[in-house]
Amino acid sequence: MAIIFKPSPSLPPPSTSVGAVAWVRQNLFSSPLNIFLTFFSLYIVYLLLPPVIEWALIDATWEGSSKAACTAGGACWAFIGVYFDQFMYGLYPEAETWRINLAVILLVVMVGAFAIKTINKLYLSIAIIVVYPIVAYFLFAGGVFGLEEVETSLWGGLFLTVLLGVIGIVASFPLGIVLALGRRSEMPIAKSVCVVFIETIRAVPLITILFMASVMIPLFLPEGLNFNKLLRVLIGITLFSAAYMAEVVRGGLQAIPKGQYEAADAMGLTYWQSMILVILPQALKLVIPGIVNSFIALFKDTTLVYIVGMFDFLGRIQAANHDSNWLGTTVEGYAFAALIYWIICFGMSRYSMSLERKLETGHKRN
Amino acid sequence: MTDTNMARAQLAQGEEAIIEFNDVNKWYGDFHVLKNINFSIKKGERIVVCGPSGSGKSTMTRCINRLEEHQKGTILVDGVEMNNNLKNIEAIRKDVGMVFQHFNLFPHLTILENLTLAPIWVRKTPKKEAEEMAMHYLERVKIANQALKYPGQLSGGQQQRVAIARGLCMQPRIMLFDEPTSALDPEMIKEVLDVMVQLAEEGMTMVCVTHEMGFAKTVADRVVFMDAGEIVEANEPHEFFDNPQHDRTQMFLSQILNH
Repeated sequence: MAIIFKPSPSLPPPSTSVGAVAWVRQNLFSSPLNIFLTFFSLYIVYLLLPPVIEWALIDATWEGSSKAACTAGGACWAFIGVYFDQFMYGLYPEAETWRINLAVILLVVMVGAFAIKTINKLYLSIAIIVVYPIVAYFLFAGGVFGLEEVETSLWGGLFLTVLLGVIGIVASFPLGIVLALGRRSEMPIAKSVCVVFIETIRAVPLITILFMASVMIPLFLPEGLNFNKLLRVLIGITLFSAAYMAEVVRGGLQAIPKGQYEAADAMGLTYWQSMILVILPQALKLVIPGIVNSFIALFKDTTLVYIVGMFDFLGRIQAANHDSNWLGTTVEGYAFAALIYWIICFGMSRYSMSLERKLETGHKRN
Repeated sequence: MTDTNMARAQLAQGEEAIIEFNDVNKWYGDFHVLKNINFSIKKGERIVVCGPSGSGKSTMTRCINRLEEHQKGTILVDGVEMNNNLKNIEAIRKDVGMVFQHFNLFPHLTILENLTLAPIWVRKTPKKEAEEMAMHYLERVKIANQALKYPGQLSGGQQQRVAIARGLCMQPRIMLFDEPTSALDPEMIKEVLDVMVQLAEEGMTMVCVTHEMGFAKTVADRVVFMDAGEIVEANEPHEFFDNPQHDRTQMFLSQILNH
């Protein structure tokens, strides 16, 4: 008679490898070097944190109408308070700023609606991608439905920064994908057009492109034909970002094993079907870190529009620093700018990490 | 195959040849990988292709659905010539299922979605119908309970059975197998071969590149031996194994059967 093989029962892990104490031991005090680094880091924090807190919170002045009011020796946040609306909306007429707020609330509500299970996600996506931009445009620009017209030269502050960033991201992403596919295409003309475009744009600094968009293009356009400077700058930013996006996406496409392309071909899928259904979902998932990297870079690069005379968030802060009532508030201005940029960029980064986890299908066990 | 196609194929060949190689040559750069391949496969035939690595057996099989292009000669599949006409290629690919050495399941889709993708997008089958058919084939390969998992959660043998079911969902007239068991652990080879034997018994036209000589003996109608880009010998299994004509075939058999 055969001996029946029975696997031994699984035992719980030893208590030294789980729990808070074990975590501290393994991560902070595992070796002499690690112990030294732990205490050294604590020392640095001890050196830096108290003075910063003292300056930013304890000794800070929160209210006042000029730099003269800030006598406590700490940060002069009154400067931010007085200029807050300008930092947010630029020179957008104060009575009309509700339109911007409304558009932002509308977007938050629409994106939030994705959490509702019963809602049709396809219609919602179409509403956000197609309907929302039109509504938002008329809200911002006005001139219809009795809304006062607001010229784009008055748009500024964080509003302009977010506008440039969001439109740049939303427009450059699909364009980048198409360029990446084109660059890997077997059709020689499509391929060379994409290669030339990508290599040309990548070889030029963004500042140059912005100058081209704002100064050079009007010179070449025929008399009478002129379009909005904001639009020109937007196109410049989008093209610039698309070239980088294309290379990120191409990296993802190259990482997909040949077998995936072959399996899709062997089933009789057309080129676009196999790209959209099989290759891109995998390739884009792989390069989420690179894509978000590009998005964050693009968002921060929008500050360069200052150079062509557009006052975005950072531009408004720099302009306010020249106010003779508030001379010497540069540090507060930049600290505020850094905080806001950090919140937005860190948010994007965390979102991308959660997206990566959500899309992970390889090692998940049910 | 539609009736007119069938009639065309019969007319052209005078028999039910479903795949026909005429003087097929292929090069990878300077490397002459297929040399004057002349071979025809009848409807319902089970062909096993074997040979040393680099002999061109995979390449030949992949020419049938034009995953590889040949440069000289003609290949007729279902009476349709495989050339640069994309319409023809896509039409033939609908009718030719393929199973790969490394399964090539789509890791971002569930098992069920892997199976319904081509029926829905290529055959335009309604989603519900495609899912019912997918479940039917998953049951046939005894894996229906895994339908909602992702490929990464399945063992190699299970993945390969899913890949076979995925091919069958397009209700193909021909199934190509490119070393379907070479990447599997020994314990999993049998479960995949069982599915293939079952398929063969149902009369599917099969072209199978494999080194499983047991499978070749029991299932194949003809065994094809290739070396250096040529078909050295093609014969019925008992003739092929018991009485090989070429000394190259004898050497190959003695090496893989007596290790």
